[in-house]
Amino acid sequence: MKIAVCVKQVPDSWAEKKMVNGVLDREGVDAVLNDLDEYAVEEALRIVEAHGGNEEGGANSVTIVSMGPERATEAIRKALSMGANDAILVSDAALAGSDALATSKVLAEVIKNGGFDLVICGTESTDARMSVVPAMLAQRLGWAQLTFASMVAVDPAANTVSITRTTEAGVDAINAKLPAVISVVEKINEPRYPSFKGIMAAKKKTIDSRDLAAVGVSAESAWSLVADSAPRPPRAAGIKVVDEGNGGNDLAKFLVEKKFI
Amino acid sequence: MSQVFILGDFAGDKCTKTTAELATAAARSGSVTAIVLAAPGAGATLAATVKHGPIANVLVVESTDFATHGVAAAADAIAQIIAQKSPNALLIASHAYGKEVAGRVAVATESGIITDAVDVAADLTATQLVFGGSTTVHSKVSNGVPIITVRPNSIEADLSDSTPAVENLSLTISDAAKLATTTSSTPPVKGGRPELTEAQVVVSGGRGTNGDFSAVEGFADSLGAAVGASRAATDAGWYPHSHQVGQTGKTVSPQLYVACGISGAIQHRAGMQTSKTIAVVNKDPEAPIFDLADFGVVGDLFAVLPQATQGVVAQKS
Repeated sequence: MKIAVCVKQVPDSWAEKKMVNGVLDREGVDAVLNDLDEYAVEEALRIVEAHGGNEEGGANSVTIVSMGPERATEAIRKALSMGANDAILVSDAALAGSDALATSKVLAEVIKNGGFDLVICGTESTDARMSVVPAMLAQRLGWAQLTFASMVAVDPAANTVSITRTTEAGVDAINAKLPAVISVVEKINEPRYPSFKGIMAAKKKTIDSRDLAAVGVSAESAWSLVADSAPRPPRAAGIKVVDEGNGGNDLAKFLVEKKFI
Repeated sequence: MSQVFILGDFAGDKCTKTTAELATAAARSGSVTAIVLAAPGAGATLAATVKHGPIANVLVVESTDFATHGVAAAADAIAQIIAQKSPNALLIASHAYGKEVAGRVAVATESGIITDAVDVAADLTATQLVFGGSTTVHSKVSNGVPIITVRPNSIEADLSDSTPAVENLSLTISDAAKLATTTSSTPPVKGGRPELTEAQVVVSGGRGTNGDFSAVEGFADSLGAAVGASRAATDAGWYPHSHQVGQTGKTVSPQLYVACGISGAIQHRAGMQTSKTIAVVNKDPEAPIFDLADFGVVGDLFAVLPQATQGVVAQKS
């Protein structure tokens, strides 16, 4: 079983994010491995561990696939220190400001040529939060889409995968033949902390850095353009009412005005 | 005339208010056609519930594949509809299913996509609130048929009656869209509260509850909210520690946070101050939590919350 896990380096979710020239300013903030991708790395490791492990030279492996600036190697090392075998980073100045369509195109090309059986992603990145890349990957690869999984079971002998899809629309049982694209929700597992041994081992693991020419696709400009962006004004002084028998109604009215109801 | 298509949004066999919201936004740029994807024989029933909002036409596609092949089958049908009918834009509800369908359609039709819009102007400029609601962004699709997903409850729906013309369209879902098969579906459990950290709305109780969370829970349930608690309340054993919001508990950043009988110690504020909108109910007019409040009621939570709960329930019905 060869598994690719797509990860993204994102600004720390605690950092104050701002827009510069229509794109997220990534320079001035701490960058980390997208929290939600850790669940994907963990699930990939659990799958290979349940089917014979991912020791060097074995049939099972977990490859981290990412697109981003050279600096994204920091986030990739985190995933490698958890236990992934190796990584591919697509890095090219022409990719700056890429949208989800361009990102999925590059990732799909890398995956298509990598001999993978399974792709696992987090449900979204904590910066753009679009939640569309896994579906786009499945569409581009022509592979089965099994997304928002709260449970994944792989049967390598039967060449099948089944998941429990958990969304606000309910719970579905979905299965498919491999290859497939999976995204996993937070509640699926508890990602392991990298051990000291894992951190040391990660330093020696290979990160195969490729530019667009090496991947074999051309850069696509984003198909949605930001016209303008502005920080929202700070919290204005609130309204304070004293309950004289109508306080609850006032509160309900406020919630209606704010469209919470 | 410009035509904008929307994907009809349904809960069970009923059209949701979200459909009217999509139609309201779409009608600013053109004549609105609602796409209805249905099981064989169910199209007319579903289409009959599409009767609110500025909708001129309903396009019904029936197939067993929508239930068994989910997102991929829906996206395949919509991409075929776009190829046949060449609409000027496509609007879809911004939930997990809607965003995934939109993503696949964008790839299939080589179109740009914008997700989580809170508003869409007549020229199809979308407004988004990004980075935890701290920044407003206006953007526009520059390629193909603009595909925009719109967050439910963001646009005030024109709910006026409409009697759209219904057209049935026969399509064959491609094999490439049938790779994943849904073998069973269970609708969401009603009455179950959402996860604290994932909830759009959180209602929390503190010392002021005196150990009685019934008013807090009642209000939370009327809003479909998660229930949180201050450290004072969890330390007193009034509510499970897993529900503690604060520095030593969970950090939440919901769209709406309602703090009830919570004074607003730093420890608590650290866990909730990035919430988009904050409402407060507290007996003590000097409680520091009022500094954060967009709306504060000085009063007894056991009087204010039941009345507010009634108000919410009345508004929803």
